[in-house]
Amino acid sequence: MAIVTMREALNQAIREEMQRDDNVFLMGEEVAAYQGAYKVTKGLLEELGPKRVIDTPITELGFAGLGVGAAMAGLRPIVEFMTFNFSILATDQIINSAAKMLYMSGGQFNIPIVFRGPGGSAFQVSSQHSQALESWFAYFPGLKVVMPSTPADAKGLLKSSIRDNDPVIFIEQERMYGNKGEVSDDPEFTIPLGVADIKREGKDATIVARSLMVPVALKAAEALEKEGVSCEVIDPRTIRPLDIHTIVESVKKTNRVVIAEESHPFCGVAAEIASEIMERAFDYLDAPVKRVSGVDVPMPYAKNLEDAAIPKVEQIVAAVRQVAYIE
Amino acid sequence: MAANQSQARRLRTMAKSNQDVRKRAPESSRVGAEDTSATGVLDHDAAEEADPRLDPTQAVKAAQKRRFAELDRATLIDIYRQMLLVRRFEEKSAEAYSAGKIGGFCHLYIGQEAVAIGAISAIRKDDYVLTSYREHAHAIAKGISPQAVMAELYGKAGGCSHGKGGSMHMFDKEVNFLGGHGIVGGQIPLATGVAFATKYKETDQVTLCFFGEAAVNQGAFHESMNMAQLWKLPCVYICENNQYGMGTSLERAMSLQDISQKACAYEIASEFVDGMDVLAVREATLRAVERARKNYLPTLLEVRTYRFMGHSMSDPGNYRTRAEIERHQERDPLKLFSASLKEEGIISEAEMKKIDDEVRAKVEEAVRFAEGSPLPEPEELFTNVYADPIPENE
Repeated sequence: MAIVTMREALNQAIREEMQRDDNVFLMGEEVAAYQGAYKVTKGLLEELGPKRVIDTPITELGFAGLGVGAAMAGLRPIVEFMTFNFSILATDQIINSAAKMLYMSGGQFNIPIVFRGPGGSAFQVSSQHSQALESWFAYFPGLKVVMPSTPADAKGLLKSSIRDNDPVIFIEQERMYGNKGEVSDDPEFTIPLGVADIKREGKDATIVARSLMVPVALKAAEALEKEGVSCEVIDPRTIRPLDIHTIVESVKKTNRVVIAEESHPFCGVAAEIASEIMERAFDYLDAPVKRVSGVDVPMPYAKNLEDAAIPKVEQIVAAVRQVAYIE
Repeated sequence: MAANQSQARRLRTMAKSNQDVRKRAPESSRVGAEDTSATGVLDHDAAEEADPRLDPTQAVKAAQKRRFAELDRATLIDIYRQMLLVRRFEEKSAEAYSAGKIGGFCHLYIGQEAVAIGAISAIRKDDYVLTSYREHAHAIAKGISPQAVMAELYGKAGGCSHGKGGSMHMFDKEVNFLGGHGIVGGQIPLATGVAFATKYKETDQVTLCFFGEAAVNQGAFHESMNMAQLWKLPCVYICENNQYGMGTSLERAMSLQDISQKACAYEIASEFVDGMDVLAVREATLRAVERARKNYLPTLLEVRTYRFMGHSMSDPGNYRTRAEIERHQERDPLKLFSASLKEEGIISEAEMKKIDDEVRAKVEEAVRFAEGSPLPEPEELFTNVYADPIPENE
């Protein structure tokens, strides 16, 4: 165990898995010589060589499709999007090729590929560079969607994603790359996909949060604890497959739930979770499910406006107070 | 600029541009095309000069003679048998579609047989093929049985994709046939990736990537060309230029219609090939395959062909004239090849009849197999979504 940043944890995961399996290779914009736009891939070129750590032209559709084709022929690509905003250009290959290949080939061609990179808001990079796209990808059967919130989760989940035999969308958060935490250095340390983690136990209300919202939810839980409200914070960690079981069990215990997310609310992941809770645990609810989402507007540039667009501790606190009927 | 042009020219010369059959219509004649049909639709073909493949020069005839001389009788007959098989198969597909046995889209290959058969005859069994949704012929040529292809069209469990893919998504891992892709140009980056993988694994396998000329306007084509040459990938890009993207003619959709010339932008070797001459396609593919296998180099082949049927079975065909189609049918690749086979004394009328009977029997057998194959089990709806199953979450 060592204390490392999220960035280092991801780097360890990629390095270890590339050492473990020669069929794993890494490609993307600036991943090699530049050491990664966010330095996640630092040192990998030097250690693993240019055959396996490959700088691509800025051609997202092309290299995403190339990765899928390489996976059809037996390789296990890790494709980095400098940010997930650019994956929008590659969605034809992610959705029409990667997600559907196994099914439409009648089970013959699985696609073991990881598409990874930062998603969500960053620091004043405005509308086109601040998008949380998880609900897009999670919509499609055939894809798995992973969003870690701690360095340990990042490492364990990325290693599992690389070993997984299906296409995995692995969305990191730029604002969290510097976050530190304890991470195992056991090369066999993995975290299975589809298993939620209870980040904080509580009994009065459940807060479901992912990625950037997990530390925010934990702060909200701390603040509420001082008011005598005990919150359970659940991080699903993978959006698809979604561990709804852990969430529902928590709701059955607390009878109140707030779902926090950085993304837009409309057709979002929180909407899906709310619907699942309603279908599976309606009788246990003492209050309507409450969502705290990013504002339903394109991300603005101005710092004050950007701040106002992303959910804050106070909003989650207020939402919990609302579902708990605290004046 | 001048240096780039001369570089490009040099590369094309290196590619031995198949000049013997090459004679493109001058650009001015395309622009000035005036022949319009009764529907007012431009009959672009009439604007062309004498068809390059009808070029009566001695060079063309000599090249055709040489190609015949270079191949043994069994190979020639096998190529003919394959072409006839996919022709009869498609005729039967049209029939079954009209009878409601086949659903969805059904894009027939009639008229283009020389391309898939000629090109795939030039590769090894362990080489890869990827193509678009007009794929029945490629699937059969690569080694999927007509039964499995027909059963797939019927949406049956015995289909090569177990009834889950249909006409546009045939796959067979055993013969390295990697689809069957329904988005125009989508297979081009995929094929580039397959070629990447074979180079990565240091095998000498080659990937053939087929696509229509309309795909050339997609970014996927250009992005792939760039990476293929940048990284020296063993992929042969075969543009089947049938001159229409659905109902839109090449002239109405492409600013620079000389597709083989687009390879210059990426310094990729290219050739223009007569797509009605199966042996010309085979020969050009052999050259490209050698370049890929020995030197890990990509090639772009523009293979000029023509589809005699509509874009799909639901195509009313009002964008071109009957006369235009008939003119192309004069150079029906099957007719041309069978005439040459007879002329060269390779095969007699009686033998040809026998092959036709055999092929028809094979297609009938495919239909019987498809008819008799069971529907996919209802639970198949939920299989093959993930290779690593999603845990139950009740």
